[in-house]
Amino acid sequence: MRALFAAILPTLVRRERASLTATLLAPAVALGVATIFNLGLYVLMGRDPIAVFYAMLLEPFLSWASFSEVMLKTGPLLLIAQGLAIGFRAKVFNIGAEGQFILGAIFASAIPVWLPQATGQWIWPLMLVLGALGGASWASLTALWRVRLNANEILVSLMLSLVAAQLLNYLLLGPWKDPNGFNFPQSVMFQYDAMVPILISGTRINVSLLLTIVLSMAAWIFMQKSFSGYRLQVVGLAPRAAGYAGFNEGRAIWLSLLIGGCAAGLAGAAEVAGPLGQLQRSISTGYGYAAIIVAYLGGLHPIGIMVSALFMAALYIGGDNAMVSANLPIAAVRVFQGSLLVAYLIAVAFVRYRLEWRLSVYRSQP
Amino acid sequence: MNAIEFILAGMLAAATPFLLAALGELVVERAGVLNLGAEGLMAFGAVLAFIIVYHGGSHLLGFVAAGLGSAALSIVFAVVAVGLRANQVATGLAIGILGQGLSALFGKTYESLTVRGLPKFAFPWLSDIPVIGHLFIQDAVVWLSLAATFAIWAMFAYTKAGLVVRAIGENPKAAHAVGYSVIAVRFAAIAFGGTMAGFAGAYASVVYTPLWADGMIAGRGWIAIALVVFGTWLTGRIFLGACLFGAVSLTGLAAQAAGLDVPSQLLASLPYLVTIIVLGIISADRRLLKLNGVASLGEPFER
Repeated sequence: MRALFAAILPTLVRRERASLTATLLAPAVALGVATIFNLGLYVLMGRDPIAVFYAMLLEPFLSWASFSEVMLKTGPLLLIAQGLAIGFRAKVFNIGAEGQFILGAIFASAIPVWLPQATGQWIWPLMLVLGALGGASWASLTALWRVRLNANEILVSLMLSLVAAQLLNYLLLGPWKDPNGFNFPQSVMFQYDAMVPILISGTRINVSLLLTIVLSMAAWIFMQKSFSGYRLQVVGLAPRAAGYAGFNEGRAIWLSLLIGGCAAGLAGAAEVAGPLGQLQRSISTGYGYAAIIVAYLGGLHPIGIMVSALFMAALYIGGDNAMVSANLPIAAVRVFQGSLLVAYLIAVAFVRYRLEWRLSVYRSQP
Repeated sequence: MNAIEFILAGMLAAATPFLLAALGELVVERAGVLNLGAEGLMAFGAVLAFIIVYHGGSHLLGFVAAGLGSAALSIVFAVVAVGLRANQVATGLAIGILGQGLSALFGKTYESLTVRGLPKFAFPWLSDIPVIGHLFIQDAVVWLSLAATFAIWAMFAYTKAGLVVRAIGENPKAAHAVGYSVIAVRFAAIAFGGTMAGFAGAYASVVYTPLWADGMIAGRGWIAIALVVFGTWLTGRIFLGACLFGAVSLTGLAAQAAGLDVPSQLLASLPYLVTIIVLGIISADRRLLKLNGVASLGEPFER
């Protein structure tokens, strides 16, 4: 028995070319949709959506005190996301930035933990360098596994992040615990010279933000103007073609992971040598994972990432505000981040495709 | 009870969350889709089940809610990744983060609360055998998971539905040309995977360790995805892999009980370290991966 049946089904039709306006509009539309979804969720939870909206999305921009904290949070997100985006464009999915960030923080902390009395202007720069090395060495394990053993980098880098979190716990509960710290899992407070100098007085913004912006520019030049950056993009877009042209996939993987690891490690070092001033369990509030969202929301483009990092940082500060003023759990920030990325991916699909309703005829199988 | 008996007794229960999630992921991947959201889907299922059981619902109701909830979330993944052909890696990560966020949000007021677990049933005669008899005293979900493993193996080995799913994963264009709806089958596979991840989360939160804590899934969803690679997309090997991870996750407890002086953080990272090592060993054999791997895994279908 065979039967025919027909249905009018939505069909995606690829657009001839994506318009620039639509590309730029996509994140804005996604933000609007995600905001409506989340406010709906808050209403269901019995919160006042106007109050949450004000605290979460407006307040961070309304006072210098808040906005300077937003800029402070922008630093690590921006740095990590720039590093990850370079890899993502080469289709190297390093999602272990969280672990690389933690290792960066640990490496940087080695100096003030082991040499608490040391003084001199060399300490904080060396800590940043060590942090970048720490992040890169943690990422190099993933690169080794991927290139030598053909193991999936997504799974390996994520597992290494979970190991890094345990390593941090071990150090803070064991050998690196501050003996005078009332048994809190944290290291000694760092000496003055182990702190990155403040950039804008009256705020906590330090020189590392400047460094991050310079590195963002460098990322832009690398990706858009340099031959290495071009090769990376070719490997991502057409791995076979890249192979025929003599571009080595293994080198692209090493380069992507080392850049990502360096950036995340540097961010980790800047966090302990900056606003925190010591190694703590809570050095990262999920920066490594949030940076993945920042990278995609910024369209994997260095300039776009600068905007999305600023927004994501504001969301963190706004989430803190909403926790205090609207009694909203801090997990709401994570929900907002996740739904924002989902909304963005949907919006981007409509930049690339048009929806048409077409008649489809199916024949059932005998 | 010595260490071997301890591990034999607990291994299958510890393996069940891995097994359920990995079986779901297996079906999704065999249909050619990579869903990296398993961790979030599990967390979402876990919190739904916990809330239901905590408020006096039965375990059955908790599992149903977890399955439906995670399936609904996985349908969002299907719409974006399969329907709208977005990057599957990015979409999976997004759904994973969303699921973990929702679980933390809903679970906030239940932090550190506990519920009642499930009773264990002994398999007649077999459970009386010394030492290995401990293997045959398990709760109902473990028995059902074993049945599910067998059913999925049989589906791929003997049924037309299994063949269709595999064809769509191997060569979606050809399957489409023959008249199968690639999109519909992939949606169904993803919904099934979501349901299984929800069950896996429910087992973790209301049976295995019947208490709620944010982040209690602790990477088990990711290990389940790795298990599909370890098992080279074969049901039997995935089951063995899940048992290995069940045993590994008990090793920590066994070592502590035996009075071994090892830092607890090292024991806690053991499952992750084993994942990294085994992933390296299995993946290094490219021939093996090619043999059973899914040809069009992760590629969006465009007709």
